[in-house]
Amino acid sequence: MELVLFDAFNGLIQGAFYALMALGLSLIISLNSVINFAHGGFMVIGAYLAFALAPYIGFWGALIAGPVLAGLIGILVERGLVRWLYGRSDPVYSLLLTFGLALIIEDSVRSIWGAQGVPFTIPSALNSPLSATYFFITGYRVFVVGAITLAAGALFAFLRFSSFGVRIRAGILDLETVAALGVNVYLLRAVNFAIGIALAGFAGVLAAGVLQLSPTMGNDVIMATFVAIVVGGIGSLLGSVLGGLIIGVAAGITSAYYPVASDVVIYIIMAVVLLVRPRGLLGQEGLFE
Amino acid sequence: MSGPVRTTERLGWLPAPVLANVVIWAMLVAVPWWLPQVGGYTALGSRILIYALGAMALNVLLGFTGMMSFGQAAYFGLGGYGAGLALVHLTHSSWLAVLAGTALGGLAALIIGALVNNSRGIYFAMITVAIGQIFYFVAERWDAVTGGQDGLTGFSRQPLHFGSITVPLDDTAFYYFVLFFFAVGAAIIAILLNSPLGHTFVAIRENRRRATFLGIHVGRYVWTSFAVAGLLGGLAGALNALQNNFISPENLYWVESGNFVIIAVLGGMRSFWGPLVGAIIFIGIQSYVSSLLPTNWETVIGVLFIIIVLFFPSGVLGFIRRRVRPA
Repeated sequence: MELVLFDAFNGLIQGAFYALMALGLSLIISLNSVINFAHGGFMVIGAYLAFALAPYIGFWGALIAGPVLAGLIGILVERGLVRWLYGRSDPVYSLLLTFGLALIIEDSVRSIWGAQGVPFTIPSALNSPLSATYFFITGYRVFVVGAITLAAGALFAFLRFSSFGVRIRAGILDLETVAALGVNVYLLRAVNFAIGIALAGFAGVLAAGVLQLSPTMGNDVIMATFVAIVVGGIGSLLGSVLGGLIIGVAAGITSAYYPVASDVVIYIIMAVVLLVRPRGLLGQEGLFE
Repeated sequence: MSGPVRTTERLGWLPAPVLANVVIWAMLVAVPWWLPQVGGYTALGSRILIYALGAMALNVLLGFTGMMSFGQAAYFGLGGYGAGLALVHLTHSSWLAVLAGTALGGLAALIIGALVNNSRGIYFAMITVAIGQIFYFVAERWDAVTGGQDGLTGFSRQPLHFGSITVPLDDTAFYYFVLFFFAVGAAIIAILLNSPLGHTFVAIRENRRRATFLGIHVGRYVWTSFAVAGLLGGLAGALNALQNNFISPENLYWVESGNFVIIAVLGGMRSFWGPLVGAIIFIGIQSYVSSLLPTNWETVIGVLFIIIVLFFPSGVLGFIRRRVRPA
């Protein structure tokens, strides 16, 4: 029983990461109409920035600075590259451009910090188990789940209650009308892209404490993130969170009973969901087709 | 053979497609003579043809049916595993191995196509790439059959027998072996694209909704297109396994799918020969740069992707076509 709980809890953490990544990716798909293949790359950037900065500003400083710097890089990328794709309806171009970006990021990280994984130390206060029986529930893991919940909650509050957030949601529904009403949609899209990237960077910093850092750590996460979005329904932020949690927990529980299939199970879930609900759990017909 | 749309333009007194085709095929047949002269080697020619075939197969779906598939590596890799496993367990015939790989790729695409043919746009792209990953993880984890992460070894391409004559498949002979299948694949695609079926594919690409109103069962045609892309992708993958006498899960990974898409887009995904041009450039750069910059060649490829997307969205052939014949 404890083993199952252990794997389910691991799955929950994994799922929380997927959900956070999927939220950012979903925002970018919705308003920027770009499938960001480099999202995993930006997660790696966030993680390595935190690794590089932590010796100077500490874990807590890096936890803030990593995502912020990743978001700034996101703005540069959006202004320099991504915005040229906005007029093109064929998704092939956004896929290829961000795919090229992902290659460049992975290669650069490997050149700067090396191909070998590097360890990332977290405050010892967070590193001790909270209970003797459930040894796997360390303070850091609880902290990760809490921090991701907080970030997701803050995002939903921002989109719901701030005027800028409301504009983003309106832009997702009908960008042309929003532009006609005098909103600076260029700024809107740039900031939206940066928010999505900052969320990926935040996921990266948190992941750095759980996993070992490596230049390729984003590659498997990006695919799982895609699956989370498809399962939840493209265009639905709540669906992204739901999809991420479902596939994370499912993968965790599968690894308790049948470890060999733990990588495949999320794709099987996706196939089943698509057969039953072709647009995902919370997706709407007609969006993004 | 330049696709279903443009068949009447003339260059001098010859219809351009005929002249272009004669030149292309003559160049391809003569590769073992001229490629070493310009710094290449014959096996590089085989590799280019294999990737060109895989990308031409994808392009039936991508360029002519307008479906953004990002999962071509699945069928390419399955073709490779099919051919490799056939040689390990079943047969000593290179022909049958190629056949087995092609059949496996086609069968998988037939099944997956049933699942995805009603999806569109971004959904189709994300679903095809995610489903492709299933095969990657199965190949990586199922050690007993696939050799796991280390890949499948223990097979090698077998000499061909024509009656009493035995032809060992050295580099040059293997090139012609590949060229034979490339020609078969190209002929199938050309006939398909010039048939009513191919015209229906283009109709779906140009206006899916109108095609539906005309009574075309779009899902079924997308399924057909998907199956053809997978079948010929499997053929290319089988040849790839024979070329390397090795197949690894990397050939199933989504990065490989991206390579096929970039090859098609780079050459020009609206042109019949676009993927061949793309493969020449892509494989050429890949082999040149990876020997020149063994550590950072991925950056070069990434920059290439971005340059193509930003400056040559219609590919090399599309770019030339616009220069020669301004619209």
